[in-house]
Amino acid sequence: MTSGEAEVATTTRTRLISGPGVLLVWLYGVMVVGAVSRSGYQIATEFDRAPLAYSLSAVAGVVYGFITYSLVRGGETARRAAVVCCAAELVGVLVVGTWTLVEPSAFPDATVWSDFGMGYLFIPVLLPVSALYWLRKSRRELRG
Amino acid sequence: MLDALTLATGVAALLLAAWCGWAAYRDQPTKDWHFIGMAVVSVLALVQLVVGVVQLARGEKPEQGTTIFVAYLLGAFACIPAAGFMSLAERTRWGSVTVAAGGVVLAVLEVRLYDIWGG
Repeated sequence: MTSGEAEVATTTRTRLISGPGVLLVWLYGVMVVGAVSRSGYQIATEFDRAPLAYSLSAVAGVVYGFITYSLVRGGETARRAAVVCCAAELVGVLVVGTWTLVEPSAFPDATVWSDFGMGYLFIPVLLPVSALYWLRKSRRELRG
Repeated sequence: MLDALTLATGVAALLLAAWCGWAAYRDQPTKDWHFIGMAVVSVLALVQLVVGVVQLARGEKPEQGTTIFVAYLLGAFACIPAAGFMSLAERTRWGSVTVAAGGVVLAVLEVRLYDIWGG
């Protein structure tokens, strides 16, 4: 790490969880607990019933966990990592959401991302959009 | 007993959400009165946790499984305190929004708890 990067990291560390960021961290935290505990329980007890669905829920939980950690940590590197993960999350929600509608037989049981996250008040599809908006906005503030 | 508590906690959580949403609308952070409200809702969730565990100990079985039931009871209890601490760290309207979101999340958990218990 060069000295310039270190400077950016120290001056911006806490910026990502101020203002609307705190709401994002809260919602992501809720989704981490929801997705991880749900998939953990299902994989432990009835994995054979719907392996694809439960694995996807577990992946969603890991992605949520990483985004939460990045937001809390703050700094430019974490911000970029969070942008990438939010984009991946959005793609995941859209692909899995479409997939569950087009071919329901592949999913004997629901995932966190089924039907675009309808079982979770559509939070899974709304969250990455608002997070990407917030992360772009924080970058502008950092530069301006 | 448990169903009545579930209903009471859910309604209290929605009231808390509306109250903190109102504070956010008026551009205010959470204040002492809001924290008292959060404490009331948290106590309700704690009583629910205790009653739920007592009913399990008496041998009653939730319809959708004991593990899920206990996990939701714990989640419901932790929900508002966690949001409250985040609003302590964020002394703007966004802290109020976070507690409001916490109230909505708790209300959803209560609906799920009702289903899981099989009421």
